[in-house]
Amino acid sequence: MSIDNSSHIQDLDFNTPAQQRLRKIRKAKDQFARGGIAVGGISVIVAILLIFFYLLYEVAPLFESAKIERWQQDGQEVQSYALPGGGKTLYMTMEEQAEIGLRVNDQGELFFFNTRNGEMLLQQKHPLTDSTTVTSFTLASEESRTFVLGLSNGQALVMKHDYKATYPDGKRVITPEVVYPLGETPIDLSDGPIELLALNGEEGEWRMVGGTEANLSVADLSLEENLITGEVEASTDIQALPKLNLAANKLLLMPDRRWLLIGGADGKVGVVDLQAANGPQTTQVIDATAGQITDFTLLLGGNSLLVSDTKGEVSQWFLVRDENAAWVLTKIRSFDGNNTAINDLTIEHRRKGFATVDSQGTLRLFNTTAHRTALEETVAQGNVDGIALSPRANALLVENRGQLTLWAVHNEHPEISWDALWAEVWYEGYEEPDYVWQSSASNNDFEPKYSLMPLAFGTLKAAFYAMLMATPLAICGAIYTAYFMAPALRRKVKPIIELMEALPTVILGFLAGLWLAPFMELHMAGIFVVMFTIPLGILLFAFTWTQMPNRIRFLLPDGWDAAILVPVVICATLFGLWIAPGIESLLFGGDMRLWITNDLGIAYDQRNALVVGIAMGFAVIPTIFSITEDAIFAVPKSLSYGSLALGATPWQTLVRVVMPTASPGIFSAVMIGMGRAVGETMIVLMATGNTPIMDINIFEGMRTLAANIAVEMPESEVGSTHFRILFLAAFVLFLFTFMVNTIAEVIRQHLRNKYGSL
Amino acid sequence: MRVSFTEWTKSGSPWVWLNAGAVAICMIMVIGLLSLIAVRGLGHFWPADLVQAKYTENGNTMVMAGEIVEQEMVPAAQLRDAGVNVPAGMDFMQRDLVKVGNRDVGGSDFIWVLDAFMSERNQPDMMFAAERREWGNFYGYLRGLKENGKLVASYKGYQKTDEYMALWNNFQARIERTLDIHDQISDIEKGTIGAINYKLERLRLKQRSLELKGVTDQSRYAEIDDRRVELNAEYQALQQTLLDLYEGFNRDTLVAETAAGQTIEISLGKVVRAFLPNNMSLGDKVGHYVSKIWEFMSDEPREANTEGGIFPAIFGTVMMVMLMSVMVTPFGVVAAVYLREYAKQGFVTRLIRIAVNNLAGVPSIVYGVFGLGFFVYFLGGNIDDLFFPEAKPAPTFGTPGLMWASLTLALLTVPVVIVATEEGLSRIPRSVREGSLALGATKFETLWKVVLPMASPAMMTGVILAIARAAGEVAPLMLVGVVKLAPSLPLDLNYPFLHLDQKFMHLGFHIYDVGFQSPNVEAARPLVYATALLLVAVIALLNLSAIAIRNHLREKYKALEM
Repeated sequence: MSIDNSSHIQDLDFNTPAQQRLRKIRKAKDQFARGGIAVGGISVIVAILLIFFYLLYEVAPLFESAKIERWQQDGQEVQSYALPGGGKTLYMTMEEQAEIGLRVNDQGELFFFNTRNGEMLLQQKHPLTDSTTVTSFTLASEESRTFVLGLSNGQALVMKHDYKATYPDGKRVITPEVVYPLGETPIDLSDGPIELLALNGEEGEWRMVGGTEANLSVADLSLEENLITGEVEASTDIQALPKLNLAANKLLLMPDRRWLLIGGADGKVGVVDLQAANGPQTTQVIDATAGQITDFTLLLGGNSLLVSDTKGEVSQWFLVRDENAAWVLTKIRSFDGNNTAINDLTIEHRRKGFATVDSQGTLRLFNTTAHRTALEETVAQGNVDGIALSPRANALLVENRGQLTLWAVHNEHPEISWDALWAEVWYEGYEEPDYVWQSSASNNDFEPKYSLMPLAFGTLKAAFYAMLMATPLAICGAIYTAYFMAPALRRKVKPIIELMEALPTVILGFLAGLWLAPFMELHMAGIFVVMFTIPLGILLFAFTWTQMPNRIRFLLPDGWDAAILVPVVICATLFGLWIAPGIESLLFGGDMRLWITNDLGIAYDQRNALVVGIAMGFAVIPTIFSITEDAIFAVPKSLSYGSLALGATPWQTLVRVVMPTASPGIFSAVMIGMGRAVGETMIVLMATGNTPIMDINIFEGMRTLAANIAVEMPESEVGSTHFRILFLAAFVLFLFTFMVNTIAEVIRQHLRNKYGSL
Repeated sequence: MRVSFTEWTKSGSPWVWLNAGAVAICMIMVIGLLSLIAVRGLGHFWPADLVQAKYTENGNTMVMAGEIVEQEMVPAAQLRDAGVNVPAGMDFMQRDLVKVGNRDVGGSDFIWVLDAFMSERNQPDMMFAAERREWGNFYGYLRGLKENGKLVASYKGYQKTDEYMALWNNFQARIERTLDIHDQISDIEKGTIGAINYKLERLRLKQRSLELKGVTDQSRYAEIDDRRVELNAEYQALQQTLLDLYEGFNRDTLVAETAAGQTIEISLGKVVRAFLPNNMSLGDKVGHYVSKIWEFMSDEPREANTEGGIFPAIFGTVMMVMLMSVMVTPFGVVAAVYLREYAKQGFVTRLIRIAVNNLAGVPSIVYGVFGLGFFVYFLGGNIDDLFFPEAKPAPTFGTPGLMWASLTLALLTVPVVIVATEEGLSRIPRSVREGSLALGATKFETLWKVVLPMASPAMMTGVILAIARAAGEVAPLMLVGVVKLAPSLPLDLNYPFLHLDQKFMHLGFHIYDVGFQSPNVEAARPLVYATALLLVAVIALLNLSAIAIRNHLREKYKALEM
């Protein structure tokens, strides 16, 4: 028999043009798909990684140092120009847009000029009698734009520079003007020339201190608008001050109009309480510096005193209440200036910062809260006569040898430094340095307090209590489920645990806040009693069960112990709650909640860390449970069989053989659970009072980083320091959880590789 | 079997039992939580009996009526501290939370009373409960009906008589009529007038856009003006219809007497539903219950979200989740396919895999911050500059909205899809792929015709898990587009129908907002439980189906691996 090889079947031709075309198309399709999938896949991964870089991009400006450059106008650098007007400068400032500058000279003349080119816009001089000259000058505060000229005839003239913006043809035109808030007539303050002068106040109430060193008087001015005529009537009440025992150079009045600060010779600073019980009284004379005081100014808000000296140091002082409840001017911090005498110091109008310039022409920008030198740069050769910052702190005028130069300042976030975020800071009005998070307030001269410590602390506190609750339950449960439980029961338990993991945290948070918190307040003792009755009940039942005759014990198949314990646990809980009131009256006088507050002196919030611990523990249990269970289940059975065969009890096998093997997996489970607890938002938001306090007390609340973002992000102004700090908080959370998870993941993979072969 | 205690402890079995106890506790916690939500959520809709009683505390007596909502035991010491005259010898007293309604009369609709101080308790048959559009529920006796201010029917007694029932039926008929008018009014106000306003706004934007482009052709402006005049005329006509309808709407008034004996008048336009809880048969109650649940699911919220339904929240959640899955499915699958099938398996791929895995563990609020900063302010701001300059300074996409919320959640859930799909792909035996390739299929053909269909249940699992996660996530949404009350649904009949830039309502946020930001938490609480129940039910369903699909999948591949 032979096979007929000469086939009648026609040979298949794979190379017909149609086939070739098809192959080409298929190849093209394949290539196209390969390219498409690669591009798509990579772009998704890039998009995910973008989160990291975008957060970094938003956070980075916080840590940039300030920059200055010559002001650019229409792409041209603005040139220096001659000082507008003659005489010596007493005061220099700019309006909001930094378009118009104001200079006051020692003849009492006001010059409004274009800051870009020095062009004079308005020149004004109050008609003084021929013989009078200007003997002193003082500023109420930068933001009030009000200042006083002290005259040689014992009079003082209060003026305010003001600006009106109009929009003819859609272009902004700013017109400067001078107004006299207390009337155009100078106020008679003293008999002699006014060499020292201070003013503070607001709207209708002003207080002025002025005169000579030997002869100072206090004038209280109040303005009343006549309701019928609309005329403003000023009433003045003048009192003489006792003679100062200090050679005074400069006076300052704080906004409460109670404290008069005196900058004296030889670096001395005096404090006078104008409202002391027995009339004005000098309460303190301090050696503020070793050198001579060169500038003596109040910081924004008027609560802090800045003293600069010939040694190049600037120190910040404010009144702190000491243990006798007396106010003491205290040195808070000082800023170093390279031992060069400081020529001028000017404060920022919106932030707690200031700028100094020294005799070598070095400009420095500081922020007091952050205790940070934001910039150090030479702006002129040699001596600089004066500087002025614009209200938005984006422009700086430098007077140097009769020339003015306009600089642009880029100093967006000076209030942030490592110390401001993570260290104790002595804030204005506080008795000692502290960690405080208080990002905003209603008034403009508020000192923002951006310490992340209370938030980080709150985050860890919440996570700690959650882990305290979750770890034992989850790990014990997982051990039992993986090692002892009957497979049939295990198949029912696992989906329930997965369901537990999927429960939206908003539901847990809402139950914690609206159900658990009031329940716990009412059954405080019950909760603690139940913590004992449940384990005791379980053990008692277990021992009794062991004593049962086999006939009964064998009714329960092996590995179903957990099921029979469900009613036991319920009974133990109910029993605990039932006996709790008795125990409460026995031990705590009837009400444990009151006992905690009154006898232990522990503050109690209804929404506290215990509530968060239980609710967040609930959210974390399934995460830890699943991973632990996997780790224990993955331990090769041969290991435990070997141990059991050698006569170890199941528990011994578990503890000595299985657990050590699975321990890295359990560790990674705890880490991942921790990561989840740290980042959880809704539960904390709803189950605590969200007060940023630093207290480990289990009965008080906390504010976490995540909850803080959720609360404050919607109200924060885009691009502001606050906005970026919230990004920083998010970034910290991101890094923390990412790192924790990565470590856990690496450990798990290692474990898998190690036992995969067994 | 006798075992001595020491022997028992030595064997370690107490520990085993304690471990078993931990499992039992976890189970009880989950089941207990679900039943708590279920009982509270479903119980709310059942018509509770109205109790009338005389209440005497510290010498003051008042007659009150209402539903008993909650009961608790308080230590007598606490009450004595608060100045309540508690009889001696009592350690605990029962305190009841009573929903007395009538907020317009009494000021608050919930009061706590001490059970022991109530006397002459009864359940009057003829006391009715009325759900209103404002001031919460009203409880009292029907005394009469007025039409245009004139009394048309009245009744005096407290007993159930035919006369009273006739008045009652008259009342019900009039409520029907008013509700009917109310529907017509809201149709016009929300539907037609809403559409006109929307068109007018679009005309304004069109005009502004022409102005910005510097178009000087006056005919185009005239066209817009004509259209505007037309719309305004339509609007005026509708306004007239509305006026007529409102007149009919406000025609009837009911006269009622409260338990304390005060007589008040309520416009029928304010009444949503009235019923006699103590006079209802079981069948009536079931009917009432079903209709209340239907109202809850299908109606809009009333009274600062504390009453009525949650339809807009359900709709918003579904809409957002759908948009999210449309975005997350293709991208997640492509990324997984790339990682598993195309990328070179090496250190970098492993690193990426770990990174993707871990992103699932990054706190959701971080995604919210990213979404707000990058999508809303950066992308949205640029889109506005490029495409919607006419609407400025009001932002179109540069503000939180539906699209950004979906996109943020898509980013949040994409790791879930990637991980699940990858797992599915890795489970497909090599032999299957090799078989396909050996038959001459290209790699893409193998993938498309063999691998992906086999992995599709895994993808489904991933997508379902992603949806379950997205539906329950609230924290990021608070930053990128959810609001407590959206004026309109993101999907309507106005061009372009799907409004991606609109803000929307969400079930999870609704729970947070109503439970914690509401002015009347007590009244809102049952509704929050009901909303929570709905959310849990949806998520449990999604998860259980994902689990079922996964188990099915495992069984299937077990067979293949043989």
